[in-house]
Amino acid sequence: MTTTSPAPVLSMTGVSKRFGAVQALKDIEFHVSTGEVVALVGDNGAGKSTLVKAIAGVYTTDSGEVTFDGAPVTITSPSQAQSLGIATVFQDLALCDNLDVVGNLFLGNELKRSGALDEVTMEQESWRLLRELSAKIPSVRIPVASLSGGQRQTVAIARSLLGEPKVVMLDEPTAALGVAQTAEVLNLVERLRERGLGVILISHNMSDVMAVADRVSVMRLGRNNGDFRVADTNTNEIIAAITGATTNAVTARAARRTPHEEQS
Amino acid sequence: MTASQTPPSTDPTASVEAPADLQDERLIASQGLGGWAAATWDRIRSGDLGSLPVVIGLVIIWAVFYALNPAFISSRNLVNLTLQMVPIGVLAIGVVLVLLLGEIDLSIGSMSGLSGAVLAVLFVSHGVSAWLAVLAALATGAVAGLVYGLLFNRFGVPSFVITLAGLLILLGLQLRVLGTDGTVNIPFESSLVQFASQQFLPAWLAYLLAVAVPALYLLARVRTNQRRSAAGLSAPTFAAVAVRAVLLALGLALAVYVLGRDRGLSYMVLLFLVLVVVMDLVIRRTTWGRSVLAIGGNVEAARRAGINVKRVYLTVFTLCSTFAALGGILAASRLASANQSSGGADTNLNAIAAAVIGGTSLFGGRGSAYSALLGIFVIYSISNGLALLSVSADIRYVVTGAVLLLAVVVDSLSRRSRAAHGRA
Ligand SMILES: Nc1ncnc2c1ncn2[C@@H]1O[C@H](COP(=O)(O)OP(=O)(O)OP(=O)(O)O)[C@@H](O)[C@H]1O
Ligand SMILES: [Mg+2]
Repeated sequence: MTTTSPAPVLSMTGVSKRFGAVQALKDIEFHVSTGEVVALVGDNGAGKSTLVKAIAGVYTTDSGEVTFDGAPVTITSPSQAQSLGIATVFQDLALCDNLDVVGNLFLGNELKRSGALDEVTMEQESWRLLRELSAKIPSVRIPVASLSGGQRQTVAIARSLLGEPKVVMLDEPTAALGVAQTAEVLNLVERLRERGLGVILISHNMSDVMAVADRVSVMRLGRNNGDFRVADTNTNEIIAAITGATTNAVTARAARRTPHEEQS
Repeated sequence: MTASQTPPSTDPTASVEAPADLQDERLIASQGLGGWAAATWDRIRSGDLGSLPVVIGLVIIWAVFYALNPAFISSRNLVNLTLQMVPIGVLAIGVVLVLLLGEIDLSIGSMSGLSGAVLAVLFVSHGVSAWLAVLAALATGAVAGLVYGLLFNRFGVPSFVITLAGLLILLGLQLRVLGTDGTVNIPFESSLVQFASQQFLPAWLAYLLAVAVPALYLLARVRTNQRRSAAGLSAPTFAAVAVRAVLLALGLALAVYVLGRDRGLSYMVLLFLVLVVVMDLVIRRTTWGRSVLAIGGNVEAARRAGINVKRVYLTVFTLCSTFAALGGILAASRLASANQSSGGADTNLNAIAAAVIGGTSLFGGRGSAYSALLGIFVIYSISNGLALLSVSADIRYVVTGAVLLLAVVVDSLSRRSRAAHGRA
C-alpha cells in the first residue's frame, strides 16, 4: 500500500485472535499515523471491537506483530496500553455504576495531593473536559448509573482525553449521542488530528466516516477487506467492501426505491 | 442570551457566574443548611439510605431494653458493652473490605481463634515477649490472607469456597497449636490482659479528644471549601459545616461523660475507633480505596481502566485476615485465655452480620468502614440487653438472626429503590 502520510505511530501485521471455534481476527494488518483519522468499518461481528480490545490490551492476540512509535511491543494489559499512550472508548463503555462521574473519569489516573485524592482539582478538570464536549450532565457528583445512555457515552469519551494519549480509539462513540453532541465528537476527532494524534474511529454511519476520516479500513468476517483513502473513494465502494459484493442489500434497496420514488 | 446557551468557562474572572457545578438549570439548588437537609431527605427517599436504618434500629433497641431494664443504660453496663464489642468489631472492619469488593471471607472466626492460640502459646508457654507474640499472631493472619488472595487470583475459585476450606484448615491448626490441654490461660497481670480490660483514658484526655476530633474535622472541611471556592466550585456554607462539627462534638462529649461516670473510655475501644476512622479515610480518600470500590462496582471496567485488579484482591484478602488476627488477639487478651472454642460458635456470623447490618452491601461497591462500628454496636446492644434480662442463648441467636435478616432485606429493598431512582 502506498501512503504519503508520516511514519505510523501504531502498526500491526498478521494479527489473529480466536474465541473457541470463532476466528474473530485472521491475519489482520492495520496501521495509523500521527495526525491521521482512520475509520474502521465493517458489518456487525466483523471483528472491529475485537481488534480495538486487542490493541487496548483487554485481549491478548494469538499471533501477530505490533509496533508502537517504531518499536516492537507486546501489549499484555490495559495498563500497559495506557502507559504507551493508547486511550480507548469501548463500545460497552466500561463504567463503574457505583462511582460518580469524577470517579469514573479519573479511574486509574487519580490526581493526588499529599497522598490523598485531590477531589477538588479532579472535579474542576471534569467540568472543563465535559464543557469541551458540550456535555449535558447536571452534576458530576452523582453515580453514573443515574445518567442517560448518551451522557454515559460522553463520560467515556471524556475519559479517553485525560492524560497525553498518542492514539485514541473510539468504538462507536456517537451511537447514543444527540445531534449537537455527535457534531461535538466529530469536531473533537478533528481537533485530535490537529494535535497530531492518531485516531481510530469505528462507526456504522457512513456520512460521519466520510466527513472526518482520512482513510477507511474495511473489515469483513474477521479479515481485512480493503483500505481506501477517503479522497479517492465513495460511499458505494466502501459499502461494497463491507458487504463483500457489488450487489447487496443496500444497493438492491436503493434500486428498488428509485423507480418507486419516480412513480409518486 | 449567550449566557444560557453556552455555559461560560470556569475562568475565575467570570466569578459573577454560578459555581461550575451548579450551572445546569435542571439542578435543584441545595445551598446552605436547608439545602443540605433537603438533599439528604431526597437521597433517603430514593433508597440511598446510608446508615439511617441502623441508627433508627439502634434507637428502638435501646428504648426497648431501657423500658425492660433501666440498668441497660447505666454507665457500668455501657462500658462493658464497649469492651465486649471490640474484638468482633475489629473482625467486621476486615469483612467490610472484602464485601466492598463483592467477595466474602468465611474463615475470619477460625482465623481469630488461631491467632489467639498462637499469641497465648508463644507468650505463655514459650515465654516470648508480648510484642513479638502479637506480631507473630498478626503475621499468621497476613499469611493466611495472602494465600487466599493467591489462590483466588490464580484459579478464580469463588472466595466463599476458598475461605470455607480455610475455615476448616485454620480450625485444625488452632487445635494443633493449643495442644492436648486445649486451653492456655494468659496471666491476668500481663500487659496484654491489662490493655484489653483494665486501661482507660484519663477523663481530661477523653474530653480533649471529643473536642479535638470535631475541630480537626471542621478545619479540614473549611480548607476544602476554600479550595473549592477558589476552583470555581460550589461549597457548603460555613454554618452548615460548623453545625455538623458542633453536633459531632456534643455527641462525643456526651459519650465520654456517660462512660466517664464509670471506668471511662478504654484504650482498646479507642484503638478500634481509630482503626475505623483510618480505614474510612483509606477507602474514601486514597487511590487504593477508590480501586476497591471500582472493582466492587464493575471488575471489568476497573481492569480496563488499568487498575491492577489482582494486587487489590491480594491486599484486601490479606488485610481482612490480618484484621481477623488482631480481633483474635484482642479477644484472647480480654478473656485472658485462648481455648479450643475461641473464635468458634457465632464469631464468624456476628462479624459478617455486623458489616451488613451497619449498611455495607453484600453486592459489592457500596459501604463504609463505619458500618463495622454501627453494626457491631447493634449486635452487642441486643446480646448485652438480652443477657441483662437473663434470656438464654437460644433466644439471643434467634433475635440476632432476625435483625440480620431485616438488615439484608433493607439492603436488597434499597438496592431496588436505588435502581428505580437511578442511583445504582
Ligand atoms: N468475548 C468473546 N467470546 C467469544 N466470542 C466473541 C467474544 N467477543 C467477540 N466474539 C466474536 O467475535 C466476532 C467479532 O466480534 P466483534 O465484537 O469484534 O464485532 P464488531 O465488528 O465490533 O461488531 P459490531 O459492529 O456489532 O460491534 C463475533 O463473531 C463475536 O461473536
Ligand atoms: Mg463492536
